[in-house]
Amino acid sequence: MIPGLVAIAFLVIPLVGLLAEAPWGSFGAILTSQVALEALRISLVTSVAATAIAILIGTPLAWLLAREILPGTRVLRAMVIVPLLLPPVVSGVILLTAFGRRGLVGQWLYTALGIQLPFTTAGVVIAETFVAMPFLIITMEGAFRSLDGRFEDAASTLGASQWTTFRRITLPLVGPSLVAGAVLCWARALGEFGATITFAGNFPGVTQSMPLAVYQALETDRSTAIALSLVMLTVCIVVLVALRGRYLRPAST
Amino acid sequence: MRLTVAVGIVVTGSLLTLGAAPVSNGATPNAYIAPSGTITISAASSLTDVLPVIAAAFTKRFPKVTVRFNFAGSSTLVEQLNAGAPVDVIATASEQTMAKAMAASTAVSPIIFAKNTMAIAMPAGNPANITKLSDLTKPGVLVAVCDVAVPCGAAARDLFKIANITVTPVTRELDVRMVLGKVVADEVDAGIVYVTDVKWAGATVTSAAIPLALNVVTSYPVAAVKASTNPLAAKAFVQYLRFSFSAQGILRAYGFMKP
Repeated sequence: MIPGLVAIAFLVIPLVGLLAEAPWGSFGAILTSQVALEALRISLVTSVAATAIAILIGTPLAWLLAREILPGTRVLRAMVIVPLLLPPVVSGVILLTAFGRRGLVGQWLYTALGIQLPFTTAGVVIAETFVAMPFLIITMEGAFRSLDGRFEDAASTLGASQWTTFRRITLPLVGPSLVAGAVLCWARALGEFGATITFAGNFPGVTQSMPLAVYQALETDRSTAIALSLVMLTVCIVVLVALRGRYLRPAST
Repeated sequence: MRLTVAVGIVVTGSLLTLGAAPVSNGATPNAYIAPSGTITISAASSLTDVLPVIAAAFTKRFPKVTVRFNFAGSSTLVEQLNAGAPVDVIATASEQTMAKAMAASTAVSPIIFAKNTMAIAMPAGNPANITKLSDLTKPGVLVAVCDVAVPCGAAARDLFKIANITVTPVTRELDVRMVLGKVVADEVDAGIVYVTDVKWAGATVTSAAIPLALNVVTSYPVAAVKASTNPLAAKAFVQYLRFSFSAQGILRAYGFMKP
């Protein structure tokens, strides 16, 4: 029991510390400042976009991995989960080597289409998707795996196409896991710092998300950094409460 | 030697303030306790290359001292220091950042040990054909600068003000080496960095000098940290950096101007 209490203290005390040092008097002014509003907007837009992309392309991949349809599934699974283990800064470096102006794909994008991803909001979305999508993939793969295949078989024998089966049978059954995976993915995207600053740079209103704004505020004004941190904390708590733990029960995956 | 004299003064001062081992009346001026132990130096990013070389010379002179470094943007360093980072010496790239440490009375009696000026760095080959500051305002030219919170950013802002131009950078990096990195990687067309960064980067970048009349000169103050656990070695390093021929010679070789 004691180790458990130590863990609680360890996790909760820093949050109390944040509240204790919060500049309540100037809170409103800090929150409505242009830097804070822009950073919040960038964070929300990019993290939602990253989650949407992850759902759109990550869910089908999770299904392919769970059904072991593609050859070399084990190697593939390891490769798509690598960004989960990498230090985010390394992810940023990897993204530069791929999508930078001199990168493998990036130089082609730049010369042929005039597209440069670093220093754009799209670059932030890419960085966030890269580090966050594995959370959705592993959650969904688990869900697809634990699915009773007989429901799908029954649908198929009754004449449903593969798409109809997926849409009408599989998806509703894995719905709760999809929500859980999406929330994990979104939270990771929201907190992304290292890959973003390395790959997308730091410019207010374009690539400066909340974590970057917090870091930069720490350089000049600690109370602003604390106020912005508190906003991040509030956003996370609001999401947890909104889901009321329904989809985030320990065994839901 | 100028160096010996300087160190002698420091050491005498330290003995007085620390009330260390009593020195008998017959003590010669050379009888001092040699600095020893480890010192940690927080230093501005633009000193990343030169300081380890100076530290090597310093430890040759004082073999019992081990020097460790903590490099970051000046304001991060001051923020860390004011939050109680276990550091012995702090060297920043501007007097404004050092003033914040003085205000929190975490550093004592800073002295200027070098000066620097700004230059425009371009990727090797200069793809966007930048030759002067006003080229940075051309549409489509991607420019990286430091954030105004760090000295190289404040200097870039002043540069643009003197030249009376409005430059919209694509990124505001948190230290000068991140700007240089973006230039070397050819992710931007130009970056505002220090002359010393351009010199260090060598052939990996192309550079354009800024006329002195339009340039900004920055000062590098160094100070011993008040809460240092090794004040003797800390003060010895501060004095060595400012007054020794070898440290000042190394600084010149890396492109820094004399204080």
